[in-house]
Amino acid sequence: MSRLRRLTGWLTTVDHKRIGILYGVSAFAFFLIGGIEALLIRLQLAFPRDSLISAETYNQLFTMHGTTMIFLAVMPLSSAFFNFLVPLMIGARDVAFPRLNALSFWIFLFGGIFINASFLFGAAPNAGWFGYANLTSKTFSEGQNLDFWLLGLLVLGASSLIAGFNFIVTIVNMRAPGMTFMRLPTFVWMTLITQFLIILAFPPITVGLILLGFDRFVGTNFYNPAAGGNPLLWQHLFWLFGHPEVYILILPPMGIISEVLPTFARKPLFGYPVVIYSGILIAFFGFGVWSHHMFTVGLGPVADSAFSIATMLIGIPTGVKIFNWLATLWGGRIRFQTPLYFALGFISMFLIGGLSGIMHASPPVDMQQQDSYFVVAHLHYVLVGGSLFGLFAGIYYWWPKIAGRLLDERLGRVNFWLFFIGFNVAFFPMHFLGVMGMPRRIYTYAEGLNWELWNRTSTAGAFLLGVAILVFLFNALVSLRRGAVAPADPWDGRTLEWSIPSPPPSYNFAEVPIVKSRDELWAQKKGRRSAVPRSEASPEAIHLPAPSHYPIVVAFGIITLAAGALTHLWVSVAGAFLMIYGIYRFAFEYRSGAHG
Amino acid sequence: MSTLNSVADLGSRIGDLFTNIIGWTLFILIIVEALLVWVIWAYRDRPGREEPKAVHGHVGLEIGWTMIPALIVTIIAIPTISTIFRTQAPPPDNALTIQVTGRQWWWEIRYPELGIVTANEIVVPAGRPVTLELKSGDVIHSFWVPRVGGKRDLIGGKVNTLTFTVETPGAYPGQCAEFCGLSHANMRMLLIAETPQEFDRWVDTQREPPAPPTGEAAAGPAAFVSGGCLACHTIRGLSTGVVGPDLTHVGSRQSIASGLLKNTPENLARWINDPPAVKPGARMPKLPLTGQQIATLAAYLGALK
Amino acid sequence: MIAEIHAGAHALPTSTGLDHRKMGFWAFLGSECMFFGSLIATYMVYKGKSPSGPQPHEILNIPLTSISTFVLLMSSLLMVLALAAVQRGDRLGAKLWLFGTPFFGSIFLAFQVYEFTTFVHEGLTLQVNLFGGTFFVLTGFHGAHVSVGVVWLLSLWVMALRNRLTPVDATIVEIAGLYWHFVDIVWIVIFTFVYLLQ
Repeated sequence: MSRLRRLTGWLTTVDHKRIGILYGVSAFAFFLIGGIEALLIRLQLAFPRDSLISAETYNQLFTMHGTTMIFLAVMPLSSAFFNFLVPLMIGARDVAFPRLNALSFWIFLFGGIFINASFLFGAAPNAGWFGYANLTSKTFSEGQNLDFWLLGLLVLGASSLIAGFNFIVTIVNMRAPGMTFMRLPTFVWMTLITQFLIILAFPPITVGLILLGFDRFVGTNFYNPAAGGNPLLWQHLFWLFGHPEVYILILPPMGIISEVLPTFARKPLFGYPVVIYSGILIAFFGFGVWSHHMFTVGLGPVADSAFSIATMLIGIPTGVKIFNWLATLWGGRIRFQTPLYFALGFISMFLIGGLSGIMHASPPVDMQQQDSYFVVAHLHYVLVGGSLFGLFAGIYYWWPKIAGRLLDERLGRVNFWLFFIGFNVAFFPMHFLGVMGMPRRIYTYAEGLNWELWNRTSTAGAFLLGVAILVFLFNALVSLRRGAVAPADPWDGRTLEWSIPSPPPSYNFAEVPIVKSRDELWAQKKGRRSAVPRSEASPEAIHLPAPSHYPIVVAFGIITLAAGALTHLWVSVAGAFLMIYGIYRFAFEYRSGAHG
Repeated sequence: MSTLNSVADLGSRIGDLFTNIIGWTLFILIIVEALLVWVIWAYRDRPGREEPKAVHGHVGLEIGWTMIPALIVTIIAIPTISTIFRTQAPPPDNALTIQVTGRQWWWEIRYPELGIVTANEIVVPAGRPVTLELKSGDVIHSFWVPRVGGKRDLIGGKVNTLTFTVETPGAYPGQCAEFCGLSHANMRMLLIAETPQEFDRWVDTQREPPAPPTGEAAAGPAAFVSGGCLACHTIRGLSTGVVGPDLTHVGSRQSIASGLLKNTPENLARWINDPPAVKPGARMPKLPLTGQQIATLAAYLGALK
Repeated sequence: MIAEIHAGAHALPTSTGLDHRKMGFWAFLGSECMFFGSLIATYMVYKGKSPSGPQPHEILNIPLTSISTFVLLMSSLLMVLALAAVQRGDRLGAKLWLFGTPFFGSIFLAFQVYEFTTFVHEGLTLQVNLFGGTFFVLTGFHGAHVSVGVVWLLSLWVMALRNRLTPVDATIVEIAGLYWHFVDIVWIVIFTFVYLLQ
């Protein structure tokens, strides 16, 4: 096949597996960018009164580091897994809306490029990933930095929402015969819960950003205290999104762990229904705790108390999950391979992050900890020690299925240990810095406060972490080039994705599986019953959705519309026309009957 | 600038609660991590190991490990709630009220009951309750002196309060703790607690107009006016600008430029010469002053004790 | 979403028996509830907080807006008739009601345009006070949703005119109907909170 045809194949694909790979590669690229931003931050902070990086550049770096890691790295890495695995795990051939799926990806990619393009103009967002009003008003943030930010986030939000609708319908409506909800793999359940969080949490921040856009572009006063506006309105809208967002970031990795542990312990997940219900409770109550991010704004003792209690209560189902994971390992026959290492790293590190979170849940204690490096420690323990370790467990676990090759086990262990050690050396000292009174988001600090030692230690750890990532990249490239060919079921897995070849054929399942229990594949392998009766015809007769170029056209129209807000109105008009044209062609594409 | 070893009642109450909670969290941490290590050690795969039994759950365990955390959470919540109400109680009648207005990137300090206006250094009497009324003149800032206690935000359109009694005289550094723009890192301050007698003396000095300048500082007032400083700064008896800090007794402060520089003649000159070079984004511009003007101003301001 | 009717006809049975597109659309409406809920909450938070500039009781014209509200409600009735017509293969009915619904919707929009321009002339702008800002953003986004609905319905009408809308297409008309009724219900809520409960 010619190179051009191969490229256009990727640009017009509607195959969930390819889209998953696109998400994964893009997310990893953004992850590397966010990592470089972090290393620059740590270099600057290694010495007091350092002048390696100017105040303005530093403020851009920490803003983009947070924005990139949350929206362009962790969320899309999770999406990579949703995309590749959910249909396989539920016995489906694709997602409910394959072209919408592609649309989500292209909107995400263009949104990520858009917001990073701001660096080229020296105008990267610089008011923090949380962009508190009224610093974000035109008065106090004159340049286009925050216009890039708010437009970029609006675009990225659209991507997440569209994907959310898609995966809810996929999981609810496309399960193989016999796959009841309580037979769904835990990862699929966590994905489903996450999608509900996404579709309900993104609208408040969308409204918050729209109001900010009106303030900045049109001269309204939603967040302007001088005209009666309330800066706290932004905080409420933002955290109504922001708190569910952290569960969006952690639940899928928790789902991954819930798949990895049973496979490597060779036992089913302990307390499956309880783990599911805990996930549902965490998500539901997660909408009721947002103001624990606002304990220092002066909400009053009653509101502080209410949010404090609610926050502490959420710790309970979280703890329950951890105990169920431990009980899964108990009595097992544990094989120590790289995915398991990362899963164990998740449990041990997320526990620390969760416990520092319980400390923050107490408003008086939080009065000292808020906006200090103690919070930076907490958030990295849950997001890196938790989410990232979980995602790496997933990468090592499903790499054979996705790439058709094995990753090297020894390199995997080196990767893990460097990651684990580097991570702890980088972030544990931040607890001390917080207790020693170091605020966050400062580009430099005074001498004589005894902050030097831990800052320098943290910087060293960060670079070690960087080396760990390089080891992973090396492992990945070697695997793709000349890694051992992967069998369908390298880990003796329990779920349906291991029943098909590695990598799977385009149609996933030659015959739609009929499901009779949880861990259906395990039940089949252990000979608990005879071979499952087959349904349907030969692979040649399987209809697959045809590729389409309208997703990328619509996405391009959307990003052009956004770019017009920063340049000229006619650019926005052109973008709008392109978007509407793309939507119409998209909508009518299948009416002629050409649906492959 | 530590949050431990508090010198005030607010910080002590917070510190006690922190000790309580961290005790529980460390307890949980050690037990669960130990369990994890034990489990993976005890159940690691070894030759001859049998296939594990497929245990799906246990209701008793689920109840147990739900109730015990719930109990611990309750134990933590009770002192939490009581500390919330104690630390946010209305200030006692004999509290000294101090108004703190945060501006990019300095702290305006007013003592309405005493008729004193100063900046960046808050002098309080030890052993007497103090209530800070926190306001913002622009964006959101946060007042934080870790040795004294927790922080409170300064938000446009809202007045927040923070009440505490500092027990031990001393000078305690603080810093803005809510990202407020370019020089957020440079928005520092000092909280100085003095014995009641020293405080009274400080109040008397602050209320007096400054002594007339002599020697090198004698040409100060004229330089202050001709240099344009009067447009932004107040020196009682000389000027009434309100854009920047009140400089009536700036010579009596330990630091200048919101805690960035020690208050020395060299640093005064350095600051006056090029404020944005010292503090990026500083609202005080680099004025076209001669070296002589700067030296005179530095001497004058240093003499305003 | 309009397409994939053929795909729908050949598709595997769904786990719940519900059409994918309908289920997906309900999920979308859930997010729209949060969207309008946040806008309405913003309006409520700033209600009575405009010290200067025009106030609601000075500017809002309840009798006039009641008429446009009624027109929008009637358009939902016409939508119901349109769906019924498509479902039973009544081509003429489909053409009639699929035009009537967006037509009434356009009348509603015309009333909005008249109302907005009048308010601006009377001094209520986005910038003048918080009432102006919250009012125009809330009702403006609602109006934008109505406009999208009008375009959507007119597209279906054009398909009906070309006799390209068959009973098999009932689902896509039903989905358009869901959207239209949702937008109508949001207006009822806005009308209640903004106009009636002052």
